[in-house]
Amino acid sequence: MYFDSIAKIISERTGNDISTIKPESRIIDLGIDSLDTVELLMNLEDEIGMEIDLDEKVDTIDDLDKFIQKKVANQG
Amino acid sequence: MNENKSLKGKTAVVTGGSRGIGEAISLRLASLGANIAIIYAGNEEAANKVCSKCIEEYKVEAKTYKLDVSDFNAVKETVALIKKDFGTVHILVNNAGITKDNLIAMMKEEDFDAVMDTNLKGAFNMIRHLSGLFIRNREGCIINISSVSALLGNAGQCNYSASKAGLIALTKSVARELSSKGVRCNAIAPGFIVTAMTEDQADNPLLEHIPLKRMGSVEDVADAVEYLVFASYVTGDVLKVDGGIAM
Repeated sequence: MYFDSIAKIISERTGNDISTIKPESRIIDLGIDSLDTVELLMNLEDEIGMEIDLDEKVDTIDDLDKFIQKKVANQG
Repeated sequence: MNENKSLKGKTAVVTGGSRGIGEAISLRLASLGANIAIIYAGNEEAANKVCSKCIEEYKVEAKTYKLDVSDFNAVKETVALIKKDFGTVHILVNNAGITKDNLIAMMKEEDFDAVMDTNLKGAFNMIRHLSGLFIRNREGCIINISSVSALLGNAGQCNYSASKAGLIALTKSVARELSSKGVRCNAIAPGFIVTAMTEDQADNPLLEHIPLKRMGSVEDVADAVEYLVFASYVTGDVLKVDGGIAM
């Protein structure tokens, strides 16, 4: 449910065409390293409306999306 | 003031910032124009004094925060508070440290743990919770106050010297991890510095071996902090401020 926001940020950041970013895309293959993911998450904070600590490894965009959803659910 | 040597608009967090070396570091950074978040463990009066001096003498913003740096969640909450109060953070000085000296044959488990928790885990906790801000800002300067006892060892301080050696390894790993984001991390290894904490070191036989023939002052350490804050091509380094004792 955060896929579109994540894809948009990654596309702006890396120059990848947004249509090439899929839920199953591996984050590392898009040119985003794990520290970039921390940064990306911080940039999503305003949209999500809460701070999210990236405290587990996420491999694909879908993993990241599910991770955020889980965190938001736990918080609410 | 030299235009390049200004920290105006920057915010610095100094742990153990109310007394001794930390006090000198807080005041030095304030004198360079940085806003200061002073973290202290217990001495509120001393913290308030440093805070007032920052505000009145150096005309910067300053606040005090009572915090046990060894408490992971408490650090998280205080960092959130600092972020709210100052907007962001640019400089972190992990200076908070305690000693519980004893010979290893007699050292209590809790005295080992307490020193590790404050000196090493405390620095981890601070970096852990501030690193997101630094990464996002693509700017950050972390300075960990280690000790020459980490390099030389010091009889009676196996806990302290181990915690300070841990800080050096922490410094180098963090420097490697965050360098691509423009975040630098360095350590300072002070030798014998005149403070309340080193009063009981007055008869340490190592003192005779200081090439520069004197104990250091807190200002000597503040000089090193000032250097590292502006040393934009230096990361992962351990800067000794020790009168030459550990060369």
